[in-house]
Amino acid sequence: MEIREGLRYTKEHEWVRSEGEEIVIGITDYAQEQLSDIVYVELPAVGDDLTQGEPFGSVEAVKAVADLYAPVGGAVTAINEALADDPAAVNRSAFEDGWMIRAKIADAGELEQLLDAAGYKAFVEGLEGESD
Amino acid sequence: MSYLGHTPEEGDRMLAAVGISSVEELAAQIPAAQRMQEALDLPAGLSEHELRNDLEQLGRHNYDPAATPAFLGGGIYDHIVPALIDALVSRPEFATAYTPYQPEVAQGTLAAIYEFQTMICELTGMEVANASMYDGASAAAEALLLAVHATRGERVLLAEGVHPRTAGVIATYLDGSGVKLEHLSARDGCLQPEALEAAIAGGGGAVAGVLVQSPNVYGLLEPLDRLGPALQAHGRGSRRPHLVVSADPLSLGLLAAPGELGAETVVGDVQPLGIPAQFGGPTAGFLATRRAWVRRLPGRLVAEAQDAEGRRGYTLTLQTREQHIRREKATSNICTNSGLMMLRATIYLALVGPQGLREVAEQCLARSRYAFEKLAAVPGVERVYAGPFFREFVVRLPQSAARVVQRVYREANLLAGIPLERLMPERERPHDLLVAVTEKRSRDEIDALAMALETALG
Repeated sequence: MEIREGLRYTKEHEWVRSEGEEIVIGITDYAQEQLSDIVYVELPAVGDDLTQGEPFGSVEAVKAVADLYAPVGGAVTAINEALADDPAAVNRSAFEDGWMIRAKIADAGELEQLLDAAGYKAFVEGLEGESD
Repeated sequence: MSYLGHTPEEGDRMLAAVGISSVEELAAQIPAAQRMQEALDLPAGLSEHELRNDLEQLGRHNYDPAATPAFLGGGIYDHIVPALIDALVSRPEFATAYTPYQPEVAQGTLAAIYEFQTMICELTGMEVANASMYDGASAAAEALLLAVHATRGERVLLAEGVHPRTAGVIATYLDGSGVKLEHLSARDGCLQPEALEAAIAGGGGAVAGVLVQSPNVYGLLEPLDRLGPALQAHGRGSRRPHLVVSADPLSLGLLAAPGELGAETVVGDVQPLGIPAQFGGPTAGFLATRRAWVRRLPGRLVAEAQDAEGRRGYTLTLQTREQHIRREKATSNICTNSGLMMLRATIYLALVGPQGLREVAEQCLARSRYAFEKLAAVPGVERVYAGPFFREFVVRLPQSAARVVQRVYREANLLAGIPLERLMPERERPHDLLVAVTEKRSRDEIDALAMALETALG
């Protein structure tokens, strides 16, 4: 399982990468591993508003569906349209080809509330401990 | 189901097993004031022979549908039901387990559902249809919920011509959801595009969808070709309000598919397709929509697949939409379908074929037009609407329609139609009569109705 340095994370297993004015959002390598074969990713429309902690889409695997929660508030500026034909990109490449949306962030302060790589690693290890 | 009695000795053994001595003791913890003290006011028991006689006498008070031609419609229609349907639905290939979750034991049922879905898509001009719903009303309500979820709109509009009982089911579905339900008035019995545009522009939140029934509750064909374009102008992309059309599948043998006229979802009831009137139910509903909404589709969905040896087979698919996987986020509370009634409709459609369906629809059209002209020529009877209709129409009588219906039944043994106020008491139209004429009604029966009406009004 990969956890990348330099990204922000949520306890719902989304990652956030800052790119200038914009952020890119996806789900973590740990999340894709837990879901296993992803068959569909439901994404919002460009222009839709994001509210921190509210669902903005969903990821469907063969036998489960998980909601996607907005790590921060903002407005969607792009979606990864390649996922419509190739949802398995999330399984192959959760942090690169499997990105989901780009957004313009409303309040940069919200980013600071998210976990960093070390914090997320500790969080996931806690979860793994529970299931043992 | 067999009657299973038990002897007093068996009763005593059951009481002993739970450690009490009488049935009264079972109820002892219910406060005395809440309990009925006196014995039930029931007649003494009857022998099997006496009971049978009693029930048969009671049954003779029913009217005999075979001997009493009925011009009743209002959502349930008296069409010809081929005897072949009864013979085929009881074949063991279809009598598989109740729930077709195990494809290895339910291929008969699953294959029939797949055929049903395909036929409904062809009739409606849509891309995906589910395995059927309880009835047309629940399908209409589910289609509007789909529109609310897809567009995230806050208002739902109902055309006046939607059957009041369908509107009632929708109101029940939407109660407590926060979605506002608004009724749009008709002009000359139909929804006008200008009225639709005005309601959308009227404010109060984004419109998720509008439900239009065609043929509508008055039998009239709504101007779908003009309502579709009127909606196109409002909202963009996934936020555009859905045009939900409630259609009669039998009429679609002749009329343009709603999918070609801008419908986003098409629903309806398959009762006219090989299902007898049977006191108004059970029936089955259908729901067909665009491929874009397949993951928001309520209910079961069957797909063609291959088994381990590469042979064609059928199985439920996209079950992640459903409650047993998605729990509280499921697209709908309905995880079942109306299997037996759906099967009847499927066999009916396969039996008559596209050409046969068209001929049945043409017969309904021709006979109802003939009846309309005939009844409108009776002195005192007025036409109410000018627009085109299918199978059903409204005429205005010079006196109470309910009284005239009773008189015609007593004097001519004909059921003349439904007094419109029975369907919509709040609209105060006591003189209006809703008359349905299917392919089953002969010219003689129609002529007899006109004559009986003339006598009754004379």
